[in-house]
Amino acid sequence: MSPKELSQDRVTSLHGAGGELMGKFLDVLILPRFPLKKAGPVGLDALDDGAVLSLPPGQPVITTDSHVVKPIFFPGGDIGRLAACGTVNDLAVMGARPLAMTLALIIEEGFSIQQLEKILDSVAQVVGELGVALVAGDTKVMGKGELDGIVINTTGIGVAARPVTDAGLAPGDVIIVTGPVGDHGFALLVAREEFELESGLESDVAPLWPLLEPALAAGGITAMKDPTRGGLAAALNDLARKSRVGIEIWEEKIPLRDEVRGLAELLGISPYEMACEGRAVLGVRPDRAEEILEIITRHPLGEGAAIIGQAGEAHAGRVILATKVGGRRYLEMPLGDPLPRIC
Amino acid sequence: MATSPFEFRDPERAKQLAQAIRRWAPPHPTKIVHVCGTHEITITRHGLRSLLPPQLSVLEGPGCPVCVTSTAELDLAVQLALEGVVVCTFGDMLRVPGSRLSLAEARAQGADVRTVLSPAAAVEVARENPGKEVVFFAVGFETTAPGTAAVLLSSPPDNFSVLAAHKLIPPALEALLGLPGVEVAGFLAPGHVSTIIGVEAYAPLVERFSVPVVVGGFEPLDVLYALALIVRQLSQGRAEAENAYPRAVLPQGNRKAQQLLEKVFYPAGAHWRGIGPIPNSGLAIREEFSAWDASVKFDLEGAPGEEIPPGCRCADILVARAVPTDCSLFGKACTPTSPVGPCMVGSEGACHVWYRYGGKPEL
Repeated sequence: MSPKELSQDRVTSLHGAGGELMGKFLDVLILPRFPLKKAGPVGLDALDDGAVLSLPPGQPVITTDSHVVKPIFFPGGDIGRLAACGTVNDLAVMGARPLAMTLALIIEEGFSIQQLEKILDSVAQVVGELGVALVAGDTKVMGKGELDGIVINTTGIGVAARPVTDAGLAPGDVIIVTGPVGDHGFALLVAREEFELESGLESDVAPLWPLLEPALAAGGITAMKDPTRGGLAAALNDLARKSRVGIEIWEEKIPLRDEVRGLAELLGISPYEMACEGRAVLGVRPDRAEEILEIITRHPLGEGAAIIGQAGEAHAGRVILATKVGGRRYLEMPLGDPLPRIC
Repeated sequence: MATSPFEFRDPERAKQLAQAIRRWAPPHPTKIVHVCGTHEITITRHGLRSLLPPQLSVLEGPGCPVCVTSTAELDLAVQLALEGVVVCTFGDMLRVPGSRLSLAEARAQGADVRTVLSPAAAVEVARENPGKEVVFFAVGFETTAPGTAAVLLSSPPDNFSVLAAHKLIPPALEALLGLPGVEVAGFLAPGHVSTIIGVEAYAPLVERFSVPVVVGGFEPLDVLYALALIVRQLSQGRAEAENAYPRAVLPQGNRKAQQLLEKVFYPAGAHWRGIGPIPNSGLAIREEFSAWDASVKFDLEGAPGEEIPPGCRCADILVARAVPTDCSLFGKACTPTSPVGPCMVGSEGACHVWYRYGGKPEL
């Protein structure tokens, strides 16, 4: 079976059945795409029951996530890029250098192999760029209609010199966001065509480690979070609750693209509750804030980064929004993400 | 002239207006009432209450159309749906509790309940389902009623009819003035409704009760400007109907829409949830359109049901006698995901808006 032959095909139940066809599926579609297959003595190419890792010094950090997104291909990315970035970003905002990842595919029978190849290319591109090894994987096929297309589960392993948690924010720390918020959520909303809207907006989905590594090295970062589901509002409320501080946010400083601003007004959806997939929210010691901001804005992924607020002792556990017109209110924890199936 | 909505959020202008409001506001506790969910969203989302002097309060009255729809009306819609009629209505209406079931619960039991964005979409449903009876459950104020009138004037199919539960704003304002413990010093009148009825529609109210009524738009500066005009009237001892939203509202309103309403409906008494019966505050369908009047077609008669669940303070909140945080259920037993009363269900309800946008914290 040549790749060409496979690519004209569709996924069948045999691809996940552990037999001959699954072996070829792995040989042709998976293994050649990932040059880096081990992070220790036993890796993906051994096709053993598990991988054996040798980790460099530091504290190991592990994260896991299942990725469901509708549509599977969206402006600015696809489920493969999303799964890979989501995984390495969770490690990055823990302060960990991503080293290895697992990839489990659950695919609906009849799914186009050509589309699957595109998705795998997207995963390969992200892990390749970061030097992350794909050390283990799994493929399962579900019957037609038992699943909507494809679901990807990943586990990421990294090592942190000093883990950065959500609970490290102290009164006085400055809040930085690394770029405009809400792009991913609104790009998906438009792509779903439920509102018959058009926009040039693309998802911000991107791996954050190259942006965060130099900032972490400079020192002074006390807390970090990627504002995915529930967006900026959920991330800030999480930080405030876990760190037991109040956070004041200055609305006029929050970076927003014009498209996002317009869509938010039109649809009555708060841009602060819409997901990002390539942004981080940082707590930084006040004396380090300007330098960290400068390091971040130097990187292309940090374009539009801004200081948007500050932690304080008052209103512990809550986020206060100083609005553009000079009013003040709580920025509440969102009820849930305005959109289901986004990450 | 093209204007960006963001010009109406200029912080300098906001500061000047806030200063003017502080200067003109009476020194004693003063309550201004608005009757529009969109006003509540603007006020809460932009934290405008924190710009007002402490003695000046701005409360939402009966401004959320789905919240004030009576259980009697809602129960009829639920009854029709359970009897096999296709019931179409606006999305917010689905989860509002009836005395036994909400429309959403009726749907879960197998009833055909559909959300539509306009009355015309409900007519489409009727055309696509010629073998079924399709009822549009028509809720909303003067803003949405002309749309209902327009479809009734367009010879809809025989299997289409309207369950009319529209309500009128000026009689509700008048009713609030007569309620004990409400004590309204001035009204911020709704911009959308006023585009239809005009500023002149408030003149009789102003004359009879000597209460300032100012029509306001929906950007933060619109609201602050309207509030400033209200307190200026108070400080000068005036009571007038003023227009702070002239870019959308004409003194006489939209005559064409008024004519549509006049042709199809006549004012009739209506029951408001949390308030009770208000004379001439509803719109009944004229006899010549009775073929499409669901209450005639299905011989419906409403029976008053339980309006407000025990412990819930929606009845006080809907008449601006209380704010959401006065209710012991708010944010605890009652949240948008498991609402107890109508004010937490409707996205324009005061409780829902306060829950989403952080209410009126002491900041």
